Amino acid sequence: MTSGTYPNDLGAERVAIALSGAAVTFGRGARKTAALSPTTLKIAEGEFVALVGPSGCGKSTILKLASGLLQPSEGAVIVGGRETAAKAMRIGMAFQNPTMLPWLTVERNIMLPLKIVRPFRGEYRAKRRTEFRDRAHALLDQVGLKGFADKYPWQLSGGMQQRANLCRALIHEPRLLLLDEPFGALDQFTREELWGVLQELWLARKPTVLLVTHDLKEAGYLASRICVMSARPGRILDDSPVDFPRPRTVAMTFDPDFVALNQRLRARIVEARGGAEQS
Amino acid sequence: MTDFAAVRRKLWAVALIVGFFLLWEALCLALDVSDLVLPRPSQVFATLFARLPILWPHILQTLMTTMIGFVGGVVIGVAIGALIGVSKVAYDTAYPLLIGFSSIPKVAVVPIFVLWFGSGTVPAVLTSLVICFFPIVVNVATGLATTEPELEDVLKALGASKADILWNVGLPRVMPFFFAALKVSITYAFVGTVLAETVASNRGVGNVMMSASSNFDVPLVFAGLFVLAGLGVALYVAFSLIERRVTGWASRRDDFAAA
Ligand SMILES: Nc1ncnc2c1ncn2[C@@H]1O[C@H](COP(=O)(O)OP(=O)(O)OP(=O)(O)O)[C@@H](O)[C@H]1O
Ligand SMILES: [Mg+2]
Repeated sequence: MTSGTYPNDLGAERVAIALSGAAVTFGRGARKTAALSPTTLKIAEGEFVALVGPSGCGKSTILKLASGLLQPSEGAVIVGGRETAAKAMRIGMAFQNPTMLPWLTVERNIMLPLKIVRPFRGEYRAKRRTEFRDRAHALLDQVGLKGFADKYPWQLSGGMQQRANLCRALIHEPRLLLLDEPFGALDQFTREELWGVLQELWLARKPTVLLVTHDLKEAGYLASRICVMSARPGRILDDSPVDFPRPRTVAMTFDPDFVALNQRLRARIVEARGGAEQS
Repeated sequence: MTDFAAVRRKLWAVALIVGFFLLWEALCLALDVSDLVLPRPSQVFATLFARLPILWPHILQTLMTTMIGFVGGVVIGVAIGALIGVSKVAYDTAYPLLIGFSSIPKVAVVPIFVLWFGSGTVPAVLTSLVICFFPIVVNVATGLATTEPELEDVLKALGASKADILWNVGLPRVMPFFFAALKVSITYAFVGTVLAETVASNRGVGNVMMSASSNFDVPLVFAGLFVLAGLGVALYVAFSLIERRVTGWASRRDDFAAA
């Protein structure tokens, strides 16, 4: 495991996301807050990138740039070769706060992307009672929400809503997955179980994944590359490949190499928060 | 909320109404109030049943007039509300005009409508329309304008069109606001109709009350009031029932979730 910077020019590989000097500021005049310093980041198709960094450094902002929900105040963001992200690529996004629509059951919430996204939307009326429904139920089973399809979001716990949120991001088999702390509200064991589910899915279909997380172990387990960000306004401080063999296991996270990577990243984040480590 | 508690609440509501009438009856008897001033409820109900055959066509007339005005008001109200709710610019531009418009006492517009359309049903329909559309506009606009951006983002990230977002987020989100407005508007619509009928019509409950009062037939005036109150309550209840099915999610009702 070498420290240092991962090459940002990806040669012949197709680029899924390219931020070139993209910066974001909110507000105007005296109220201006810089959320993201000019950031350059290239992610190849099929890569699994984890984004870690102190709270408020701009991780969610980067995801919103990639999904096209936010326009950079400076620089450019190109997704799938186009400036409007959602038109270029099928995107699955799990927001940091579960954003289930309160008037729909869990099942209907999860099926929402199929109602909107081509080519599924044309088939929605015909298939929502059969094929699409089965697909939703299969996903719910996988995340441990069997039997909750007909509940309303408010009848679910925070962690359950988060898992449903993940299902909604996955159901339309997106080519680009943007996950904002998707396991943040879960207990360690459920979390590890879902790492396995996500890894399996990634190995099977190789979507491009950009995962925001505060858990270095999670980043190391899942990602093929980890980017560490500085404190607000964030920029990318460190960009390291993770080349443990796949499929990875939870046992592997106790491996000395893995622990060493963890500790090195940890040191970078402590540094990024602008403080010496407390003893 | 158990069924038992719900039933008990309804019983209390009924008990309150019955109690109100009993108190009224008792006070009239105790203070020996003349029925030319304030008839007792028992007299009013007796008059109501005795005169029902004559009253009936007028009740239908008022109900029909009100419903046409109300439906018109809802359609126009939803259209304007949606227009100014989705656009910040339209909201800021159109609101002052709407406020000005709604501040006009509606009694003042009746003669104008009569001037334009002659007396009869048309001014009554129009009066109930203009009086009831404003709450709809305000509520629909507010519901749309306060839709959580996070919910819209869910669809935007999927590349949804403006129409998709309006249909899948805006519309359901507005429903609780819309029904709140319907319940206010339906009572307003009755006020509008009766207002116009008392001034410029020879049909309808409003007109009956007007001619009854000039004949000092006070129990009949009150019978007209009771009819109006009854119609208002009936429509209110009807909307509440629909509302419960459509917007149960907003109050997180268990019976909605179980359905
Ligand atoms: N809509 C907004 N208006 C103003 N400032 C904002 C807005 N959204 C985010 N910010 C600011 O941008 C900065 C970055 O926010 P962002 O949500 O990207 O942080 P984050 O890295 O995801 O943090 P966390 O790990 O806590 O989720 C924050 O400091 C925040 O104050
Ligand atoms: Mg965040």
